[in-house]
Amino acid sequence: MADHHFGGIKIRHLYKIFGPNAQAHVDAVQKGLTKAELNERHGHVLGLSDINIEIPSGRIQVIMGLSGSGKSTLIRHINRLIDPTAGEVLVDGVDVVKMNELELRAFRRHQTAMVFQKFALLPHRNVLDNTLYGLEVQGLERSKAVDVAMRWIERVGLKGFESKYPNQLSGGMQQRVGLARALANDAPVLLMDEAYSALDPLIRMDMQTVLLDLQKEIRKTIVFITHDLDEALRLGDQIAILRDGEVIQQGTSQDIVLRPADDYVANFVKEVNRGRVVHVEAVMAPPRAGFSPNGTAIPAGTTIEEAIRMIANGPDNDVAVVSVEGKQLGMVNLRQLAGAMVNSGSFASQNERALTEAL
Amino acid sequence: MDWFYEFPHMDDDSLRSLKKAIDEGFRAFTRAYGDVIEGFFSPLQHFLIAAERFMTQTPWPIVTLIVLAIAWGASRSWRVVLGCLVTLLAIGYFDMWDDTMRTISMIFVCTVLSIAIGIPLGILMSRSDRLQRLVNPVLDVMQTMPSFVYLIPVVMLLGIGKVPGLIAVVIYAIPPMIRLTDLGIRLVDKDVLEAADAFGSSSWQKLKNVQLPLALPTIMAGINQTIMMALAMVVIASMIGVQGLGQPVLKAIANQYFTLGIFNGLAIVGIAIIFDRVSQAYGKRLQKHREIVHG
Repeated sequence: MADHHFGGIKIRHLYKIFGPNAQAHVDAVQKGLTKAELNERHGHVLGLSDINIEIPSGRIQVIMGLSGSGKSTLIRHINRLIDPTAGEVLVDGVDVVKMNELELRAFRRHQTAMVFQKFALLPHRNVLDNTLYGLEVQGLERSKAVDVAMRWIERVGLKGFESKYPNQLSGGMQQRVGLARALANDAPVLLMDEAYSALDPLIRMDMQTVLLDLQKEIRKTIVFITHDLDEALRLGDQIAILRDGEVIQQGTSQDIVLRPADDYVANFVKEVNRGRVVHVEAVMAPPRAGFSPNGTAIPAGTTIEEAIRMIANGPDNDVAVVSVEGKQLGMVNLRQLAGAMVNSGSFASQNERALTEAL
Repeated sequence: MDWFYEFPHMDDDSLRSLKKAIDEGFRAFTRAYGDVIEGFFSPLQHFLIAAERFMTQTPWPIVTLIVLAIAWGASRSWRVVLGCLVTLLAIGYFDMWDDTMRTISMIFVCTVLSIAIGIPLGILMSRSDRLQRLVNPVLDVMQTMPSFVYLIPVVMLLGIGKVPGLIAVVIYAIPPMIRLTDLGIRLVDKDVLEAADAFGSSSWQKLKNVQLPLALPTIMAGINQTIMMALAMVVIASMIGVQGLGQPVLKAIANQYFTLGIFNGLAIVGIAIIFDRVSQAYGKRLQKHREIVHG
């Protein structure tokens, strides 16, 4: 894969209607028939409606939504475990929807790997044989497959458990096997369907850390489904929020928290710990004329909580926020930071002003 | 009001000629194709004879050792092995060794045949609802039709002997094999199947790696049922010339020899228990990894 740059995933005008005669209703839905009307008049369920998402290579795209929002349906369109009613799913420039059975099988073997909410391990196989399942399906020699699988088992922290069976392991460990099995495939796309939803909170945090650490190395294109906004904000380079089969907002964690698209999103965001999500740029004031920074400089992209930790023990004055190149972007002080942590609405507008003035 | 008190049936002449026509048709079919059908089943005849020769001509200590070795290999339990030994010795001591060996060889061939036909058929059924709808009523007929009744066409076609007996036993014993294979595969966890799909498994890989291994406990239950039903059929099959423990039982019924009947009946029970315990212990051992659960 070194000589070819993976082209990312593009989902375009994707529709999914569930029902015996789905194809007949696509036109009407495209022309604006709503989910409720479709259900009432024709007895069909609108699963996904006009989904458009672009996922650049090497990024983590989180798709967030509550149950019934269509998020699990959506991720299954990327490796076509579910066939769409209309639309395109381009993975590395190739439309998955148009593949025949053989192409699809080869695509699933080499381009994608998937982690499941209920782990979906083979109960009659031990950890090692579960991990090398994808490689076995690819037809790789057993000895090579074992080498690769052992490497990933070690990497996810299960060394010494190779010959255990899935139900001898805890949920968290089982999902590590699920992760190792997916990673062993070395596919550019990693699909994670509510992979951590079945785990308890501490183990979930732990697994999120495992994923983020791994991602620094492997740089896969990851699609991560979750119903947990904290998880979405922690993992996602990009987040799409799904509701009733429609994308209601797309953007970075900053966009979602600072500029919720509607009340539905705003309602979600209300409960979030802002200190861990919002970056200092959103809070800082434009540099005052003649402001000369002393002491600590906070790099852009630092979260509020982290910034408070950095300056909490310093003198109580303004501190510079600097870009990666060292350019001064603005300044913050402890009071601004602390205020932003507890204050939801007010600083969004303030931030807008600060940004326009800074740029 | 005649029709009210007596069911208005087909008039006697037409009914008689209908039965006669069917009988004659079948007889003509038998005359025309009997030889071809017999030729078709002749490999089974060889298989049966070879199995029987092996069981009856091998000296009894060796057969006993083989049975005990199989019991140990399958169950890894001294209790099962000891039970087998006691049963075999008792059977031999009461002079039923040869008949028992004939019956065991018959059951063995029946089971092999039932597995060879039943599992593939069960797999096909699990893949197609339409086939399931088609095969299910046939299986119902095979299980509920009094076994004496289907002995008639089998005997007309193939005469009296081992092969027709074998066919009658297989017809009676194969339905649970087919049904439980179908059921076992249909019950495989959908999530695991989806995972197999997501990794790009072909349908053969899915069958081999996921469906059959996960359906195995159910399939083993089917094999167990098939063996038990085959044993139950042995007495009836002896009516058309199958040798073994069934024949003395039949003789005992005809002449009211109480002890002869009881002894041979108990021998059938004895080998049934051996087969059952050994095959169940094997099935359980295959599932061992499921029992140790993370606490």
